[in-house]
Amino acid sequence: MDNQKPSKDLFVPVETKETEIDKISRPSLSFWQDSFIRLRKNIGAMIGLAVLVVLALLAAFGPYMTEYGQYEQDLSRAKMPPKVEGLGWLGMDGMLSDVQSADTVEQAKTKAMMRFNNQEEYITTEVLNDGSNGEAAEVKATYDVYAAKNMDENFWFGTDGLGRDQWTRTWMGTRVSLYIAFLAAAIDMLIGVAYGGISAYYGGRVDNYMQRFIEILVGIPNLVLIILMILILEPGIMSITIALAISGWISMARIVRGQILKLKNQEFVLASRTLGAKDSRILQKHLIPNTLGLIIINTMFSIPSAIFFEAFLSFIGLGLPTPMASLGTLIDAGFDSLQIYPHILLFPAIIISLIMIAFNVLADGLRDAFDPKMRE
Amino acid sequence: MTRYIIQRLIYMVITMFLIATLTFFLMKFLPGTPLSAADKLSEEQQAVVLEKYGLNDPVPVQYFNYMTNLVQGDLGISFQFDNREVTTIIMERIGPSMQLGVQAMFIGTIIGILLGLTSAIYHNGMLDYSSTFLAVLGQSIPSFVFAGLLQFFIGVKLGWLPVALWEGWEYSILPTISLAIFPIAIAARFMRTEMLEVMGSDYIVTARAKGVNKFGVVFKHGFRNALIPLITVLGPLAVGLMTGTLVIENIFAVPGIGEQFVKAINMNDFPIIMGTTLLIAFLFIFIILVIDLLYGVIDPRIRLAEGE
Repeated sequence: MDNQKPSKDLFVPVETKETEIDKISRPSLSFWQDSFIRLRKNIGAMIGLAVLVVLALLAAFGPYMTEYGQYEQDLSRAKMPPKVEGLGWLGMDGMLSDVQSADTVEQAKTKAMMRFNNQEEYITTEVLNDGSNGEAAEVKATYDVYAAKNMDENFWFGTDGLGRDQWTRTWMGTRVSLYIAFLAAAIDMLIGVAYGGISAYYGGRVDNYMQRFIEILVGIPNLVLIILMILILEPGIMSITIALAISGWISMARIVRGQILKLKNQEFVLASRTLGAKDSRILQKHLIPNTLGLIIINTMFSIPSAIFFEAFLSFIGLGLPTPMASLGTLIDAGFDSLQIYPHILLFPAIIISLIMIAFNVLADGLRDAFDPKMRE
Repeated sequence: MTRYIIQRLIYMVITMFLIATLTFFLMKFLPGTPLSAADKLSEEQQAVVLEKYGLNDPVPVQYFNYMTNLVQGDLGISFQFDNREVTTIIMERIGPSMQLGVQAMFIGTIIGILLGLTSAIYHNGMLDYSSTFLAVLGQSIPSFVFAGLLQFFIGVKLGWLPVALWEGWEYSILPTISLAIFPIAIAARFMRTEMLEVMGSDYIVTARAKGVNKFGVVFKHGFRNALIPLITVLGPLAVGLMTGTLVIENIFAVPGIGEQFVKAINMNDFPIIMGTTLLIAFLFIFIILVIDLLYGVIDPRIRLAEGE
């Protein structure tokens, strides 16, 4: 038996000092650092953030990238299709095309030519179906609008029914949406947090009256409020702002109140009060910071709904008045010529969808990041 | 419970009263007169017309008359359609709106629940990711943008379904889908979260431990308990649908309340705007009340808490 036993002197007791046990091996992370790390790991949220930054930059500088103003009308260049050099494969080639069908190829060709004012030198036709198999003949005509109108410059997003540059107008509209986003966040942060905080902190009769007031306010639908506002004021950014200011903060106030009610009887608040802190200090230094995660999440979720609200109002004609551009009014105008010129609807529709998706994804990411249960 | 219902009903009456009062006084402060051709009428003629509609009475008397009429369901006379009562116009047009709303709600919640359930069962799988992605899209893309896409691709390009108008059941398909997207997204996300939470609870572990098969665990123990909190989102969903019908009816030219409302806004037809506004407010408050009460009835935990 060659049972090699390890020699005893291989075993040495681990020298643990008493102090070593309590030593923290990794640097401790604050709640915010921890949340930020988790947020950075969330790919969707980071993409959302990047999209928002790009859109904000385009909204800021986009209107200056072309020489056309947002109100510059010119009927001779109305409803130009979008054209970007090098992006022809995306359909942004400045061509209009249409498929016409008739009994014979010749008839279909004539119809297709008529569709584009018979400007034959700018029209190329392509026979899709010569009608020999008993079906109707189909001819696809492609019309080079830029060549026909002898247009040198390109309209990147095309033009609308009055010849206004869609690129400029789309980014002006994006500015409105971002303004609304900023406004909704500010209202939530200022009015909502203050109202909920005061209501919960002072409690008693103050709380009772403030809550009764909220209960009445919450019963009035947003839509009804804005209509009433618009009947007094002119439709415009001001009445939307006021309507948001009246109703936008209610859910935030309720959430903050609930959270502060929970916090205000905890020991650290009592300790602070024992040390002589004033009410305002306790609110600002202890209660609000501990509610901040919830506040940020709720703000992020109220932003997309505010943006939708503005676009919706502009779409039904209660938002911005006519010459002004908002994504809602642009989409509304796009519906008028949806069948023939879908590009007028397309770009504002894509931009608003991008903004909404980006904010929603970012808000989801923040919620997950601030949720201690998601911690690994 | 009874005390709670009574309290809620009182709030409902107060809110409606406030909205109606606000409506009345805003109408009073509107610029211009209700006479469209005031400059062509002599003083006597104007006086006769004002007398006929009770506009010479002092404001408090007018207010009292307005409120009594309102309680009896009389919302006044439309400006754009001569001598037509707002109540009649609303009653004529409520059918299509209701049909669209109910269809969208029904389809939306059912598909949403199924999507959410799939997500939860295949948690972190391909199906979960794709249905979550779809839900984010559905929640984000505005209904009128989605309606435009549907109308363009299915209605115009493919020609499968009618682009607009209201002449049969097939005309309601595209508007219903456009409306249902939002409930689908919300229900799917909510159902997913709830289901994941329920599946992690102790009674599910117990059920598994005593040998219930996976199907039984998911449907008998998990699904039914996850369904209860879904009732809370039904209220906001119904309200969202009401807002949605305003634009969707307009896009698809459906002769409903929403289409009339948007037309009235563009024509400055204040009695119709006001009547519709009151109707929307009433439906809103009523739906929230019903859902709150329903929640109390269905979830025994809430009933117990109330009884204490």
